Amino acid sequence: MVEFRMPSLGADMEAGTLVEWLVKAGDRVKRGDVVAVVETQKGAIEIEVYQAGQIEKILVDLHSKVPVGTPLAIILAEGEAKPAAAVPAPPAPLPPTIPAPVIAPTAPPWRPVAAPVPPTAPAAAVHAASPAARKLAAERGIDLSTIAGSGPGGAITYADVERVSTVPAAAPPEKRKVPTLDFTAMRTAIAAAMARSKREIPHYYLDHQIDVTACEQWLAGKNATLPPDNRILMGALALKAVALAARRFPAFNGFYRDNKFEPSQAVHVGVAIAIRGGGLTAPALHDVDRLPLDELMARMRDLIQRTRAGRIRSSEIADPTITVSSLGERGVEALYGIIYPPQVAIVGLGKVLTRPWVVDGAIVPRSVVTITLSGDHRVTDGHAGALFLAEIGKLMQEPDKL
Amino acid sequence: MSDIDIRRVLQEELNNIAPEADVASVNPAADLREAIDIDSMDFLNFIIALHHRLGIDIPELDYPKLVTLDGAFAYINAKLQARQGQA
Repeated sequence: MVEFRMPSLGADMEAGTLVEWLVKAGDRVKRGDVVAVVETQKGAIEIEVYQAGQIEKILVDLHSKVPVGTPLAIILAEGEAKPAAAVPAPPAPLPPTIPAPVIAPTAPPWRPVAAPVPPTAPAAAVHAASPAARKLAAERGIDLSTIAGSGPGGAITYADVERVSTVPAAAPPEKRKVPTLDFTAMRTAIAAAMARSKREIPHYYLDHQIDVTACEQWLAGKNATLPPDNRILMGALALKAVALAARRFPAFNGFYRDNKFEPSQAVHVGVAIAIRGGGLTAPALHDVDRLPLDELMARMRDLIQRTRAGRIRSSEIADPTITVSSLGERGVEALYGIIYPPQVAIVGLGKVLTRPWVVDGAIVPRSVVTITLSGDHRVTDGHAGALFLAEIGKLMQEPDKL
Repeated sequence: MSDIDIRRVLQEELNNIAPEADVASVNPAADLREAIDIDSMDFLNFIIALHHRLGIDIPELDYPKLVTLDGAFAYINAKLQARQGQA
């Protein structure tokens, strides 16, 4: 018997509100299945299970806000008998004093500002429904209890609400894709994490210009043979190069916790993604150092689309080991990031510029990118950082090997 | 496909990418990347959507022709007419 608990989705999270159950008692689950949606300061996060088995009992009702670590459900492993004893009592509502947040003990006596509990659906709407469905139903004044859900576990989906509602002809259908993210809460989370970073992490900053002409030429040749769905962007090459360099220089890849650095074997690259309308989040792409480029590109596209639609998974938010931030082709020449604790490095990518460059003694136009590193002086210093950036530059000279 | 249909497809696909943008009021000669704040991933998704919806091939080399609404309209129109001519 395993207790499925409210996960910690980052060092600054203390509690989450359960807004959607995608399973019910009796359902079978396998490792990696999304079973619930939790509303946090970072938006709605899809929570995955790490245990195969059968849902024995749901312990937390919809719209309850519970602290990190609270059992949410009981899962019986395959073949396990039902427990004779009673399962743990459902948790009490969030107490005024929250259990110690997962921050380093040396941290100053600081608490993130608790985000106000987001307004939830009216009390009548106890039916499982996706956030989008709930929003649409509220907009159109439809009682969710009158709708039969067709989603997982009978959950009411957006389409279900749409089906029963009489849509005025003028209603713009594209409105449904507007993410229902709470930008104020997201800004609070960003402020808390960045203020903590600047308070605790002694940053140093380096920059390095890289000739990416070889990458551009290689991409042009490769993409000319591919349908648009399979085309690769420069950003994917850069992510792979950073991940390979991080594997070679493990002092930039891992977590600083309890006054010491723990390097990570795996390279999970946090990808800084701007949310339309304001806001930023950096969910992880897992094992980037091992992904072939086409697979990496497909996952990056999927991650960005889901993030902007407000559908990030718990495993993606909790465990980036290093972050990459890129302001894209309309961005600036260089950006110097702030490390996201408990990580120890962030790599910034500027936009590709055509610059006069010396190649074999002659000045020629080349495509050049400024790549930066913000490093944690508790773990590394500028010399190691310079080697790390140089390694990324070298890797990007041979894109066919990435 | 009529001119109006092409304009409508462009507007719908851009709205899928930038739901909050008022595409109808965007200057048709303005660079879309700036006018509605789309990045290289958004632009790729726009190209993918046009490729699937209209069945036209859009090589990467042609991307610069599609960065304005007028440019995208002219490009798609030419592609569709060329296809009709072959049929």
